[in-house]
Amino acid sequence: MSWLRAHLFSSGPSALATLAIVALAAILLPPFVDWAILDAVWRVEDARECRQAQGACWAFVAEKHRFVLFGTYPFEQHWRPALATLLLVALWAASGLRRLWRWWLALVWAAGLAAIGALMWGGVAGLAYVETERWGGLILTLLLATFGIAFAFPLAVLLALGRRSRLPALRWLCVAYIELVRGVPLISLLFMASVMLPLFLPEGVNLDKLLRAQIALVMFAAAYLAEVVRGGLQAIPPHQYESAEALGLGYWQRTLFVILPQALRIAIPPLVNTVIGLLKDTSLVVVIGLFDLLTSIKVSLQEPAWTGFGVEAYLFASAVYFAFCWALSRYSRSLEHHPARAGTGPSR
Amino acid sequence: MRRALLVQAALVAAVALAIGWFWYNAAHNLETRKIASGFAFLAREAGFEIGETSGLAYSAADTYLRALAIGLANTFRVAAIGVVLATVLGVLLGLARLAPNWLLARLAGAYVEFVRNVPLVVQLFFWYALISENLPGPREALEPLPGVYLTNRGIFFPLPGSRPELVGFNFEGGGALSPEFAALLVGLTTYTAAFIAEIVRAGVLSVPRGQRDAARSLGMSERQALSYVVLPLALRAIVPPLTSQYLNLTKNSSLAVAIGYPDLVSIANTTINQTGQAIEGIAIIMAVYLTLSLSISAFMNWYNRRVALKGVRA
Amino acid sequence: MNAATWRGLAAAVALLAPGALFAQSTLDAVRAKGFVQCGVNTGLAGFSQPDSKGVWRGLDVDLCRAVAAAVFGDASKVRFTPLTAQQRFTALQSGEVDVLARNTTWTITRDTSLGLNFVGVNFYDGQGFMVHRKLNVKSAKQLNGATICVQPGTTTELNLADYFRANRMTFKPVVIEKLEEVLNAYFAGRCDVFTTDVSGLVSVRGSRAPNPADHVILPEVISKEPLGPAVRHGDDRWFDVVKWTLFAMIEAEEMGLTSKNIDQALASKDPAVQRFVGATGDIGKMLGLDNRWAFNIVKQVGNYGESFEANLAPLGFERGLNQLWNKGGLLYAPPIR
Repeated sequence: MSWLRAHLFSSGPSALATLAIVALAAILLPPFVDWAILDAVWRVEDARECRQAQGACWAFVAEKHRFVLFGTYPFEQHWRPALATLLLVALWAASGLRRLWRWWLALVWAAGLAAIGALMWGGVAGLAYVETERWGGLILTLLLATFGIAFAFPLAVLLALGRRSRLPALRWLCVAYIELVRGVPLISLLFMASVMLPLFLPEGVNLDKLLRAQIALVMFAAAYLAEVVRGGLQAIPPHQYESAEALGLGYWQRTLFVILPQALRIAIPPLVNTVIGLLKDTSLVVVIGLFDLLTSIKVSLQEPAWTGFGVEAYLFASAVYFAFCWALSRYSRSLEHHPARAGTGPSR
Repeated sequence: MRRALLVQAALVAAVALAIGWFWYNAAHNLETRKIASGFAFLAREAGFEIGETSGLAYSAADTYLRALAIGLANTFRVAAIGVVLATVLGVLLGLARLAPNWLLARLAGAYVEFVRNVPLVVQLFFWYALISENLPGPREALEPLPGVYLTNRGIFFPLPGSRPELVGFNFEGGGALSPEFAALLVGLTTYTAAFIAEIVRAGVLSVPRGQRDAARSLGMSERQALSYVVLPLALRAIVPPLTSQYLNLTKNSSLAVAIGYPDLVSIANTTINQTGQAIEGIAIIMAVYLTLSLSISAFMNWYNRRVALKGVRA
Repeated sequence: MNAATWRGLAAAVALLAPGALFAQSTLDAVRAKGFVQCGVNTGLAGFSQPDSKGVWRGLDVDLCRAVAAAVFGDASKVRFTPLTAQQRFTALQSGEVDVLARNTTWTITRDTSLGLNFVGVNFYDGQGFMVHRKLNVKSAKQLNGATICVQPGTTTELNLADYFRANRMTFKPVVIEKLEEVLNAYFAGRCDVFTTDVSGLVSVRGSRAPNPADHVILPEVISKEPLGPAVRHGDDRWFDVVKWTLFAMIEAEEMGLTSKNIDQALASKDPAVQRFVGATGDIGKMLGLDNRWAFNIVKQVGNYGESFEANLAPLGFERGLNQLWNKGGLLYAPPIR
């Protein structure tokens, strides 16, 4: 009772806000529950049953979930992308544990990615070969994000160092690149990769469509990550640079062993946020027809029997993206709150 | 010193060489594939209609240049209104998250969490389906206020000297918001507002509690303390990240192409498809957005300097 | 740097120079890599669309499979690259795909200025209008002032503007890229009119309308839309292979050869059938293919009519113009002899 008074009715405006929220919930919630649960259709033999129903057609998700999750990957081989997805998620989860932050984690990643590659491509250990054109769905979304970060990160460190370099030409090139990429929408980079890049390569030289989109994502993520890394570099007190120099360390020794380890540690929380951003941004490959999670959903909706259930489909898409991004953002917040790494963000 | 010069010269040469190589390939490819190059196509007749023109005159007989200009005007329109609305909503949400009312703060928090963690494209699709599928047609329009009509063709409202009237297929006269515009605006506003709310919250929290207590002890009310002391101080922490949110909103407006709002990207896209001149089309998109981005950051830097504490060097 | 390094560098540069890798003919290149790379729509029901199991199906998909059957004797040796409208021509020009079978309208501009060759027509279409019945519209001439839903970046959008200009009428376009969204907009009443190819209108009305009788397809057909597969300009051998693959599917229907009866046709006494299945003559060799190329197409993919029945008929498409020439349609294959 006292909790209620203190937290919901502490003052006139506060009480008013509470009442307004309760009233709004009373009006909006029942019809939504009716639609989403009580009147919903969960399983049908024929899509037409859904059209007669009043509520949501979750049967769409039931019917199409395999295609949405795995795209055009051979149906009887779906266990392979499923296993690869689990493996990738496990790798990400393991990387979140601070006590596993050792040098051998890089080896674990290398081994894990090799295993995922073997699973997806096949051609070894009796697995049938599956070309990248057939990869799709959730694993493609996750792989685009993972490799996007993996390649963007070293590039970003170089760009950030370059931007703070004493060499003017190097500095200006890095600034130009970073500002150029950050100044344009990702869509235009994806269009560039899908329509323009083939024109810039010699005749007969082709980059895979997936690879081209991946390049665009890496270019994009690198520019944003570079700024995050630069933030970390700037947060390092000047005496660190000076004392490293006084020890007689050369530029690369200073940078690799003194400056970068500290800068990256500071930059971890914003870095995780960039990863979340990239994961969400992979959904834009829908504009260049790559079969990621969102494209699979849209293509499913094009089958005449199932068109018109867009609201259900997009709610499902939202739920999947939310699950991944929310987990990452909780993690990022827990890092911010960790006292040992304080110095970024509010702590309350 | 010599080595530094050499390194730089090598770097510039490598970049120039790469660009030259790309250029050479492109020129060769365009020639062998018989794709026209140059911007002459801008003066040619576009031949397609544009649904909404932000009050500018346009017909299919106009040039590609004019079509692109209309697209740019549409981008401007949605970005400008979006920035204002997102700021208002974002500030309200940010303050709500800090409100003493538990329910309000939790609700605002849940909103921010959910919206920030779902891709914007998905949200745009969702809003568009919601708006275009759940309002009635013009002949059964809802009239919540006299002269204001809600239909799946958009929202019609009276302007001084002209009222919307049902003529033939649709309403004419008065002011109108199309569903595409509304969906894009709602999507961009609600999405960006969630990010702005976080910035506002962090900004307010960055103001030391002593400042507020001092204001209170001077006899200011809670609201006065907030608007005369805390917010002006918080502004200094808020403005720089706010700039990048405004930039993001502008760039995100390019997702209009997915729901059929004729912004610059969607017009340029149609142009590329018709003329085959991808390089020029994408160059136009990039040049326009770069100019836009640089202008916004220049303006925000100027503003940032203006609100900076006098006598304190940033 | 020593001389050997310089020579290596020069070789590397030469390798990267344009043209060096492109001398090979497409047929040889396809044989060497072991599959046909086919550009298809990212999702268009009846033409190319992955089903719930992720298997590509449709009329265009069948053409791609037929090319693989002709070249390799195995219709499964094909890979599909889903392409958006913007990507399709670049993908073909740059060699990313060997065949473009993506419901593409054959126009003179595309045939001449984009470096493509259309091999023929696998679907004759024309643009029409569908309106809500309650609007009581009888002719497209009455559509002045209407709001019209249309998909962008296609000839559809241009034809629409042309038609209204020619008839001195105005309209308000609602331009949406994805079929799903554009249909929702029309059925929700966001537009008075939905325009696309008549075949598409028929299928949409049959499969998607809550009540098909509520929608009228107007009599005016405002454009010709011959949809056909295309290959790169300048490789006549490959052009021939794809062209005759299409003709073989049409010819097989005219001869009454289907995937079910083609095995018996091997023993046929009819000289035309004998030539077709490769029992006599050397037509395959003239194309640079196995002599059983046409037999393999029909055996593994089926004739044109079978493909139509499997992919388009269930969606409510009628044969119409896509009937054989001797049954009132436009499909006409030159003699295979």
